[in-house]
Amino acid sequence: MTIEVRIPTILRPYTSGEKSVSAQGATLQEVLNDLELNYPGMGERLIDESGLRRFINIYVNDEDVRFLSGLQSAIGENDSITILPAVAGG
Amino acid sequence: MRFDSLLDSVGHTPLVGLPRLSPSADVRLWAKLEDRNPTGSVKDRAALAMILDAERRGVLTPGATLLEPTSGNTGISLAMVAKQRGYQLVCVMPENTSRERAQLLAIWGAKVIYSPAAGGSNEAVRVAKDLAAENPDWVMLYQYGNPANALAHYENTGPELLADLPSITHFVAGLGTTGTLMGVGRFFRENKPDVSIIAAEPRYGELVYGLRNLDEGFIPELYDETLLTTRFSVGPGDALRRTRELLELEGIFAGVSTGAILHAALGIAAKAVAAKESADIAFIVCDGGWKYLSTGVYEGTLDEAEDAIEGQLWA
Repeated sequence: MTIEVRIPTILRPYTSGEKSVSAQGATLQEVLNDLELNYPGMGERLIDESGLRRFINIYVNDEDVRFLSGLQSAIGENDSITILPAVAGG
Repeated sequence: MRFDSLLDSVGHTPLVGLPRLSPSADVRLWAKLEDRNPTGSVKDRAALAMILDAERRGVLTPGATLLEPTSGNTGISLAMVAKQRGYQLVCVMPENTSRERAQLLAIWGAKVIYSPAAGGSNEAVRVAKDLAAENPDWVMLYQYGNPANALAHYENTGPELLADLPSITHFVAGLGTTGTLMGVGRFFRENKPDVSIIAAEPRYGELVYGLRNLDEGFIPELYDETLLTTRFSVGPGDALRRTRELLELEGIFAGVSTGAILHAALGIAAKAVAAKESADIAFIVCDGGWKYLSTGVYEGTLDEAEDAIEGQLWA
């Protein structure tokens, strides 16, 4: 299953500047593992020993994965994943 | 309704039904018109609460200068309150904000210091913290970490919603300082814990996420994830489309952040319909559309409107 993953500016050095890349996996963890395989170094910018890094937000179809099943969130056909750094609003 | 002064009139906003956008008689949407506050935004509640709290704590003395990082609305609200309570205000605002915001700040006598567009409000927070260190006599109320911000919604917005809509099942609001969601969320957790609390977070153009490194990320000190049921990221296309639908179908002229909130609310409504459940979904109209007129978002096609706010802090 091929998933589209949108990459924020700050992580594009890993993807040769690509804004969006394809990855495989049935869970978010599998997708991130696949990203690390194809874009070495990106994985550790996203997760650490405790899970998703504090200032990283990942959304599956616009919903924050922290409110789904975190790294175990199921990913289906036609789902899209967006990675963004946490920024201030207000 | 009669009040002793303009400041006494903050809050007590109408909750109006949306008969045309609500999907069915059992799944209904309700808009809380926070644009009816004195400066036309929900931020009047937090600004008034933070200043009154600082006065009570003895932090603010007559003639004091306030300092605040803001993308606009909080600054405008603080300026209005500060002028009447006898304080000066310096706002640090990102340069990629609408022209009307600067005009309104000037009207109420605030001074504006611009922070770089890249990095959005993160940069405004950083610049304000530097200024606070250089000017120890200035008072930074700091909306992102000031408990009085959330408390205004715990004590007022939440109870108003429950009184007007005892059958409420969902509450949807924007996620900026997180004050509205934290205050209302805490109120419902204590008073009607089955109400779902849903955050709609604006997803800006890339310029706003232009951090130099991930350690510059920012999470407001007020944020408590456990108070939320879920959180959606809403892009400008969906936000603009919903802003226009709200205007076309229900006659409500709101700013673009309200469109993002409505988008999340309609998603919840669609899920309730699919699950054959009834729902009363209340959401916040953060501000009116007036101060976004110059951006062109209400004119031309949706694509043109999206181009017009590319790189802007539209919420």
